[in-house]
Amino acid sequence: MTDTTASSIPERRAPSQAWWNAVNAWLLLLPAAVLLVAFTHYPILATIRHSLFITKRNGTEVFVGLDSYQAMEADPIFWKALINNFWFALGTVPTSIALALVMAIWVNRNMRGRGFLRLAYFTPTVLPMIAVANIWLFFYTPDYGLLDQLRGLFGLGGWNWLGDPSTVMGCLIVMVIWKEAGFFMIFYLAALQQLSPDLEEAASIEGASRWYTFRRITFPLLMPTTLFVAINAVINSFKLVDHLVIMTKGGPNNASTLLLYYIYEVAFTFQDSSYAATLTVVLLLLLSAVALVKFGYLDRRIHYQ
Amino acid sequence: MSAITLNRVSKFWGAMRAVDDVSLTADEGSLLVLLGPSGCGKSTTLRLIAGLEEADAGTISIGGADVTHLTPAQRKISMVFQSYALFPHLSVAENIVFGLRVRRVSRAERDGRLKRVADIVGLSHLLERKPSQLSGGQRQRVALGRAIIAEARICLMDEPLSNLDAKLRHEMRTEIRTLQQRLGMTMVYVTHDQTEAMTMADRVVLMRDGRIEQNGSPEELYNRPATAFTARFIGSPPMNLVRQGDRLIGVRPEHVQIVADGDRAARVKAVEHLGADSIVLCEIDGQPISVRLEGFSKVQSGEDVRLAWDAAHEHRFDSTSEVRLDDIANEDRLAASAR
Ligand SMILES: Nc1ncnc2c1ncn2[C@@H]1O[C@H](COP(=O)(O)OP(=O)(O)OP(=O)(O)O)[C@@H](O)[C@H]1O
Ligand SMILES: [Mg+2]
Repeated sequence: MTDTTASSIPERRAPSQAWWNAVNAWLLLLPAAVLLVAFTHYPILATIRHSLFITKRNGTEVFVGLDSYQAMEADPIFWKALINNFWFALGTVPTSIALALVMAIWVNRNMRGRGFLRLAYFTPTVLPMIAVANIWLFFYTPDYGLLDQLRGLFGLGGWNWLGDPSTVMGCLIVMVIWKEAGFFMIFYLAALQQLSPDLEEAASIEGASRWYTFRRITFPLLMPTTLFVAINAVINSFKLVDHLVIMTKGGPNNASTLLLYYIYEVAFTFQDSSYAATLTVVLLLLLSAVALVKFGYLDRRIHYQ
Repeated sequence: MSAITLNRVSKFWGAMRAVDDVSLTADEGSLLVLLGPSGCGKSTTLRLIAGLEEADAGTISIGGADVTHLTPAQRKISMVFQSYALFPHLSVAENIVFGLRVRRVSRAERDGRLKRVADIVGLSHLLERKPSQLSGGQRQRVALGRAIIAEARICLMDEPLSNLDAKLRHEMRTEIRTLQQRLGMTMVYVTHDQTEAMTMADRVVLMRDGRIEQNGSPEELYNRPATAFTARFIGSPPMNLVRQGDRLIGVRPEHVQIVADGDRAARVKAVEHLGADSIVLCEIDGQPISVRLEGFSKVQSGEDVRLAWDAAHEHRFDSTSEVRLDDIANEDRLAASAR
């Protein structure tokens, strides 16, 4: 089939064979494609459409064009949520990644109690979110909480950590870092175990210091993992909602409202589904921007093994 | 000052004695080959010299200084890994100059040396590639380049040519040997290819199960194997060993002749024609024996022939301990004279 001068039999069979191959491939992809279309693509399109309509009390839909978007632009809480989300991402993503990497390198070494340490770092990830939120609620409780008891040791007064707009975001960031770092560590650990120890040995023979080896060898080789983890961290920072429901309800005075939590409130507390759809479109745009940066730019600059 | 000395060095992996009480010296500016079958502890010995493994017993010194507890970097060596250990995200050029960068060698000097080394290993046209885009042999040459660019006084090589084709292997063999002599490097070279060992080495250390079986010049190993194991390992085809009572009689295939009035009857089992010579595989009383004949032998398989060899070419080994017998005789004589 590769040679045009070949006998006529394979030549005649070639088109039908190619056609059959294509059909076969599509059929094999069909189940996954159906699920993807039904539960991902269709809802996205439906959401975009929904954001251009409003629903009357009697259930009829009226086309309003970009009205909802204009309302959103004038909505201070939306902006507040967006800015909060920005600070929240900035606070959680780099720190949790750095911490995960440090922990992974630490745990990857050959030492006693390694298994125990790995498990300990991983525990926050295994705990159910509600339990996590309750633990941290206890830490942050004014006067009785762990944090305030520690402050008491130094003669400092109680502090309403989650009730004060200046500290509530910091408290959430610390908790999320605590939860995510252990999870990301597992990915780094897996990646580190894939690296051949020969590379470090070769570098050490050439006289490279540990830091130099990390900078020029280990870290670049971990880049695919870092990218994966970073994307996940960014996405997670936009997806946080359950902890807010339990711990702060977005308060005080929307100081801890994040985008998805605001969407949740608009949709289920205020029952304004078309405005919720509008906000969702914004969230989708943000997340697709993240995906675009990954696939369009970063992937080309990273060495994959 | 770059002689390497190992003094009663051991390395255990649990109960496994990977290196067991090994003592050897590689003289300054010489090439020492560690030879032996797979798993006999060659790589482990090399890694002990490099400082990548900690010795469980014994001392290692380089240039007279005890380095047993120094880090690899402090030992100032270069090394070719059996697995190449190339940095997958760096180009060939960056891989080769990695060590020079670490030592902050100036850019001009780095480029100059890179050019020279790339020519030697024949990679000049591939410098921008990543290791994953190279063939096995090309990768091996990158590893080789990275080791020789350092121009370290001591170079350790772990089977650096195992993946090359016969022609390239021959070329690189000569190249490495020339380079080693020109720069006066002390080199420890691991291989399980006895041709490499015989052609390159100043000294060959034959290992077996973590112990040194014999340590000597290539000629000594070939002409006076200390044990039946050495006799079987060196030479291709290896030395014939024929059991006679409590002895093993060893004769090299090239010393056996097929003659009409030979004193041993044999039957031809197979004939291998190698071009310049032929190997005739025979059997004496059920024991295999090979004969090397010049040119294209006309002996047929199944034929009955008579073999003969000069008694001066016989090597005698004890059949249980497999130790060379004239050595035992010598030792007895020495012991007797000491008394
Ligand atoms: N890290 C290790 N842990 C346990 N055993 C090991 C380890 N490294 C090597 N060994 C064992 O030590 C013995 C010697 O290994 P070594 O790598 O030195 O062999 P070698 O002579 O280089 O063999 P080859 O020619 O196949 O490379 C082997 O039996 C091997 O199984
Ligand atoms: Mg080896």
